[in-house]
Amino acid sequence: MAIPKVLGTETEYGVIIRNRSHQHQALAAAAVIDNYPGGPVRVQWSYEHESPGSDSRGFGHENFGIPEPESALINSVLTNGARLYVDHSHPEYSGPECLDPREAALYDKAGELVMARAGREVQKTLPPNQHIRLYKNNSDGKSSSYGAHENYLLSRRTPFGRVVRYLPTFLVTRQIFTGSGKVGAENHRPACSYQITQRADFFEEVVGLETTLRRPIVNTRDEPHGDPTRYRRLHVIIGDANLSEVQIFLKLGVTALFLHAFEDDLLPSPLQLADPVKACWQVSHDLSLAETVEMENGSTATALELQFRYLAWLSDYAGEHLEGEVWRQVLGEWEKVLVDLERDPGLTADRLDWTAKLGLLEAYRARRDLSWSHPRLAALALQYHDVEPTRSIYHRLVRGGAMRRMFTDAQIEEAERIPPTDTRAWFRGACVSRFGGSLVAANWDSLLFERNPGDLVKVSMMEPLKGSRIGAGPLLDRVRDAAGLIRELSRKNG
Amino acid sequence: MADQEQGRRRRRTKGGPPSGDGDLSGLGMAQVDSEKIDELLDEIDSVLEENAEEFVKNYVQKGGE
Repeated sequence: MAIPKVLGTETEYGVIIRNRSHQHQALAAAAVIDNYPGGPVRVQWSYEHESPGSDSRGFGHENFGIPEPESALINSVLTNGARLYVDHSHPEYSGPECLDPREAALYDKAGELVMARAGREVQKTLPPNQHIRLYKNNSDGKSSSYGAHENYLLSRRTPFGRVVRYLPTFLVTRQIFTGSGKVGAENHRPACSYQITQRADFFEEVVGLETTLRRPIVNTRDEPHGDPTRYRRLHVIIGDANLSEVQIFLKLGVTALFLHAFEDDLLPSPLQLADPVKACWQVSHDLSLAETVEMENGSTATALELQFRYLAWLSDYAGEHLEGEVWRQVLGEWEKVLVDLERDPGLTADRLDWTAKLGLLEAYRARRDLSWSHPRLAALALQYHDVEPTRSIYHRLVRGGAMRRMFTDAQIEEAERIPPTDTRAWFRGACVSRFGGSLVAANWDSLLFERNPGDLVKVSMMEPLKGSRIGAGPLLDRVRDAAGLIRELSRKNG
Repeated sequence: MADQEQGRRRRRTKGGPPSGDGDLSGLGMAQVDSEKIDELLDEIDSVLEENAEEFVKNYVQKGGE
């Protein structure tokens, strides 16, 4: 039986301060985290149980996972259960654990609000000629990429070898609806005017542990952030950061659905690409969606045809094995996006970033008679991703009614403050809100309280679904402070 | 499913992938809600960051993840 697909996203944002002569990106990123006004208190992140060097294939790397000392300090936990910190000189928002893809998309959007609000505060500290810019994208156009990762809970019983057989083709072909679009090619890939994804050019291995160089299509980081005897966390690093609400939902929902069926071992034999790394950028560079890629068995297929096959598999599976409105919604949007992409990719410009941006760039190019290499096009493409709604081209399209939404502004604002209710993120967020003063450190799977001066007590949360509002709400209602909470917890466990 | 099959048979014939400074308008993208796009384009030059060339050139990031 597949376990519930607890999921969440982590996004590194681009950051720059215009007109500053010496860019120090790590300091700019630190200022973003430091100035975010949304948390009543700053709670330290604890690195206990963090082991990014552990490999799902069964071996570990020792030279991994040492946090830079300065960035360890610039790290906080928000009242919505998310983590906000500096990672590799980028401000990063790691959303809270969610139980369904719609909710995970909402909390991903809340991250943009966090960054926009933080950016406005940083701006107040800058000289008048300097301007901070934050972008939800994945590339600077000069062959540096930063990530937008997805995390899905898998059972420890699911053999990792099966992940490696099934996932590459699915992840490579889903790019046709997960891409945010990019002007030009990078990382020595063949030249192109525009491509579907921000990230495809950077993938150089099929399977591997790295995330910063020689990036693999299937990442083997084995860091479950939960009971390691029961869980794996599938760390998907090949996706783009998306602005479109519907697109984030599609990306997360379709992948979670695939993993459900995969974990139940109810998928037909895997569809395997002959060369997943080559197919990765080929699919991204093919705006016509008509080019075929080679399969291991010698046949050829388009990414669309392969996605239609996955859709057929998963429609059958969901009909028999999954209940819940959200999965019907996932299947409905998935079918619609594939059918529209096949008829004319432009039909998806109301919900996919890559087609929305391409439509706009083409229209602007035609009006001004610009070549694809003109910097105004690159500027327009970059500004699509600005997190500040007054500057963001994406937000202009939304305000003009050109792009569909799934959430209201009020829902996203609430998600910036209030944690999701169905996972341990609820307990984490509630503790930050209510007992922040006594909370010394937090992690995905633990909280460290200072009960009395010098008296530290750790509360473990190794089960991602324990600590929900239904489960932990009555307990939190009964207690007035952290000492009371710990008394209650010891009584319960003792 | 029948609709999908039909959709697949309706596949347009398409050229090779565009490259260099190729024209992508043959992909039907020009049909994108042109009225709304036109409105946006009318104001885009005032919306875009000043000095686009410098703006894009200076946007350099450290690799992440």
